[in-house]
Amino acid sequence: MIISIASGKGGTGKTTVATNLAVSLGSDVQVLDCDVEEPNAHLFIQPVIEEVKTITTPVPEVDMDKCSLCGKCGEICQFKAIVVLGKTVLPFHELCHSCGGCMEVCPEKAITETDRELGIIEKGHRNGLEFVHGKLRIGEAMSPPLIKKVREYTRPDMLTIIDAPPGTSCPVIASMKDADFILLVTEPTPFGLHDLKLAVGAVNILGIPCGLVINRSDIGDDQVKQYAKEKDVPVLMEIPFDRRIAEVYSRGEMIVEAMPGWKESFLELYNSIEKIAE
Amino acid sequence: MKEIVIISGKGGTGKTSIIAAFASLFENKVLCDADVDAADLHLIMEPDIKERHDFQSGRTALINRDKCVECGLCRDLCRWDAISEDFVVDSIECEGCGVCWYFCPEKAIESPLNTCGEWYLSDTRFGPMAHARLDIAEENSGKLVSLIRQEGKKLAEEKNMDLLLTDGPPGIGCPVIASLGGAAAVLIVSEPTVSGRHDMQRVAQLAAFFKIPAMLCVNKFDLNPDEGEAIEAFAKEKNIDVIGRVPFDPTFTKAMVQGKTIVEFDEHSKGCDAVKSIWKNLAQSLGILTN
Repeated sequence: MIISIASGKGGTGKTTVATNLAVSLGSDVQVLDCDVEEPNAHLFIQPVIEEVKTITTPVPEVDMDKCSLCGKCGEICQFKAIVVLGKTVLPFHELCHSCGGCMEVCPEKAITETDRELGIIEKGHRNGLEFVHGKLRIGEAMSPPLIKKVREYTRPDMLTIIDAPPGTSCPVIASMKDADFILLVTEPTPFGLHDLKLAVGAVNILGIPCGLVINRSDIGDDQVKQYAKEKDVPVLMEIPFDRRIAEVYSRGEMIVEAMPGWKESFLELYNSIEKIAE
Repeated sequence: MKEIVIISGKGGTGKTSIIAAFASLFENKVLCDADVDAADLHLIMEPDIKERHDFQSGRTALINRDKCVECGLCRDLCRWDAISEDFVVDSIECEGCGVCWYFCPEKAIESPLNTCGEWYLSDTRFGPMAHARLDIAEENSGKLVSLIRQEGKKLAEEKNMDLLLTDGPPGIGCPVIASLGGAAAVLIVSEPTVSGRHDMQRVAQLAAFFKIPAMLCVNKFDLNPDEGEAIEAFAKEKNIDVIGRVPFDPTFTKAMVQGKTIVEFDEHSKGCDAVKSIWKNLAQSLGILTN
């Protein structure tokens, strides 16, 4: 089973829920941190890293000895990533989406592919728990291709817990697509509610069952609960605001290890997810 | 006219609450919400929309089944596996790269423009505002960020404003990169947690990569002063101006629930005092006069 943990709004507690849920369950679990722009799960899980891989994407390189300056490459490219300028061809690697169109269209076979680094993937473990995350290279704009590479580590023999990035655009979709269940984490504030509505919209487009965790459930107002009721989104867990939790989190510790009772609550959360997903 | 962009790396550190407070403290500015993915500033600003425009960007392949002879060339060429065995395009997977419609021998593939959101020019009780909404599950958020900042800039110049106050997106990817170019400076709002420090370091590196001067303030500082100090120490090492600390103050949330800035809601709260002092430092450093 694949559970993707998402939120719309950032900073609502996705990583807290993902890591504590995973550690509560112990073995036969893997965490894929798909928030490749700002991955945080490793700070809590503190895995032993055993594999580091550089991930690249193909981008064009032009052999000017073969090029006839026909301009077809610039014509097919939808992203202005390759242009003929006077007597030369300029590829802009950072704009390239790696579609291979320019290479395919070139009548002189003057275009080959080289690599642009997207970032790295690190794989490791902590006890029986498997851990994988992507780290986008600083200055790299495109995260979805790296997220897709992280998701290739999905193991069907394990429970996969995905920590998704905030928002509702393409990186989030790449982290939720083909999941069996989406666990949305929000806080009961106007910002939390507004972004939750967007997240529920994204989940509906994908047609995946979902449930809600309300974090800092006693701040703000009751609009989130009313909305969840209206939309039939089950509230599976509430985490009240507790300065001790905030402090435990701030030090990179796990709630289920630092505070009694929470492991049981996360196991219960998993049981309710299992019931809905099956 | 100068633009300051507020970013954070990590989401939920309080960017929008702080920028809303700044809006209460300085008149001669235009507001811009460049967090188009999950725009929240309008919830406090309650903009009166004066202009509304569609945001069109990118294309999606659409196969005309009457013309298609199912030769399979498009499926062979598509690097996103976006075309199914029965020749239907998965619009979520389609990158809009144009390879299929360029090569289709039957000219059976159309490429309609995507309408992926809206952008607005509005009036608020704090002055003009440029903002946008990216449709759910859409791409091209970077382009919408660039567009809305440009519109904000135009508005500020037309109205002779000193400042464009831009609420940036979280992360370090495409929309954040699009929010940096041409900014006078960025203000990084961090929080004193191991995640906050980790993410602040990455977004600070990003600002340095694009040579944009950065300033820092740490929100909820007293939640973990050791972490807060570690973040400030990192900033100083990287020549990032540390311009203030904001204490943990539930007044921010209470103000948000009422749709108000913290300055409007409780001018005597400790959160408000802190934001005022940060604003003073920020304005001084940007060289804009405050009233």
